[in-house]
Amino acid sequence: MKNHLLRPLWCILAAIALILIARHFMVPDDFGVHGKGFTYGFHRLSNVKEWQDFKVKYRGREYCRECHEEKVEKSNSSRHRAIQCENCHGPAVDHPDDPETLAIDTGRGLCLRCHAALPYPDNPRSQIISIDNAEHNPDTDCSECHDPHNPDREEG
Amino acid sequence: MSCSRRKLLKSAMTVTLAASLPASAFRFLSPAECRAATGTEGTRWGFLIDTNKCVGCGFCVKACKKENEIPYDAPVTRTWVERYVITRDGKTHIDSPLGGRDGFTDQKIRGEELVKPEDIAKTFFVPKLCNQCENPPCVQVCPVGATFQTGDGVTLVDRDWCIGCGYCIMACPYGVRFFHPVHRVADKCNFCYHRISQGRQTACVDACPFGARRIGNLLDQNDPLTRIIMTEPIAVLKDEYGTKPQAFYLGLDRNVR
Repeated sequence: MKNHLLRPLWCILAAIALILIARHFMVPDDFGVHGKGFTYGFHRLSNVKEWQDFKVKYRGREYCRECHEEKVEKSNSSRHRAIQCENCHGPAVDHPDDPETLAIDTGRGLCLRCHAALPYPDNPRSQIISIDNAEHNPDTDCSECHDPHNPDREEG
Repeated sequence: MSCSRRKLLKSAMTVTLAASLPASAFRFLSPAECRAATGTEGTRWGFLIDTNKCVGCGFCVKACKKENEIPYDAPVTRTWVERYVITRDGKTHIDSPLGGRDGFTDQKIRGEELVKPEDIAKTFFVPKLCNQCENPPCVQVCPVGATFQTGDGVTLVDRDWCIGCGYCIMACPYGVRFFHPVHRVADKCNFCYHRISQGRQTACVDACPFGARRIGNLLDQNDPLTRIIMTEPIAVLKDEYGTKPQAFYLGLDRNVR
């Protein structure tokens, strides 16, 4: 066979070999078809574990109870019992080590999420005691008069 | 009494076979045992949203963003709440300010359109999140194998493998995928895979004070979620796409798309 025909052939074969070698080192061992087959299961298997090891930030009421039992009990016996501590206090993450203190959201906006009046009589929203934000002491934080852990305020 | 050799051998064989059968072969199996025997035992995560209970407080959106490290003020979110106000003339007014992250405190739709209370026929809040479809179109279109379905039915995105081409964002009929502004890859709700794998609830389910959201194992017939799905009228979003969504809705209105 003539040399000018063979030379490009060797070049192509060398390129293919190079690509295969590069692929061997670049594609992880666990990459391939898993689970439900090629259409839905073509992936890197170790990624499942990576997602499972993602950091949990909201630790739940029972975690808060370990140190703040009194507050948790107070809140649990009030009408706000359905609201998780971390909804207002922010995610605990590794509190008390990191963060050492939690930034409590005391703004009106937090209370207005449920207690802003909307004219929706057919909506479950209407079953919650609500206020008109512009009318009801607009310059005052709610927590100055209402205790969020025990919102049933005695009329004074 | 006469007994032929053939008959004796036959009877002896029957008695021997019957005696060798254990008593357990005649026991009725529970559905769970049948599933275990046929190899379909396991977990298939499903979600249930009760639009009759949602008041639009948006605690779910806030918790989701913080739990899953989604930039808080960026206009992207893994779950969001839509407000539907249907007026008596049949018009639908929909909005979702910041995905409902700070709740719905304003009567004005999209901050501008004030619907008169006497014109309102019905109102409801609809939380949305990834449907974790049985046939996810977003996975089919991925050119590099960066998104996939796990054995328990959750679709995940491999952040190390995604090239950010955006095919999956376009393919999802529910618009739940977005481009993560920090990691520069496609992102979506994964049912808080790190939490459910540890036996916790998702961050949004924990945060909901009204029980409007639930997560459970659809393969466990004793799971409260599975019992509701089996016994109560439920609906899914965009059934006609054939994606088989696994996020089910109670009280879904026909205006919800």
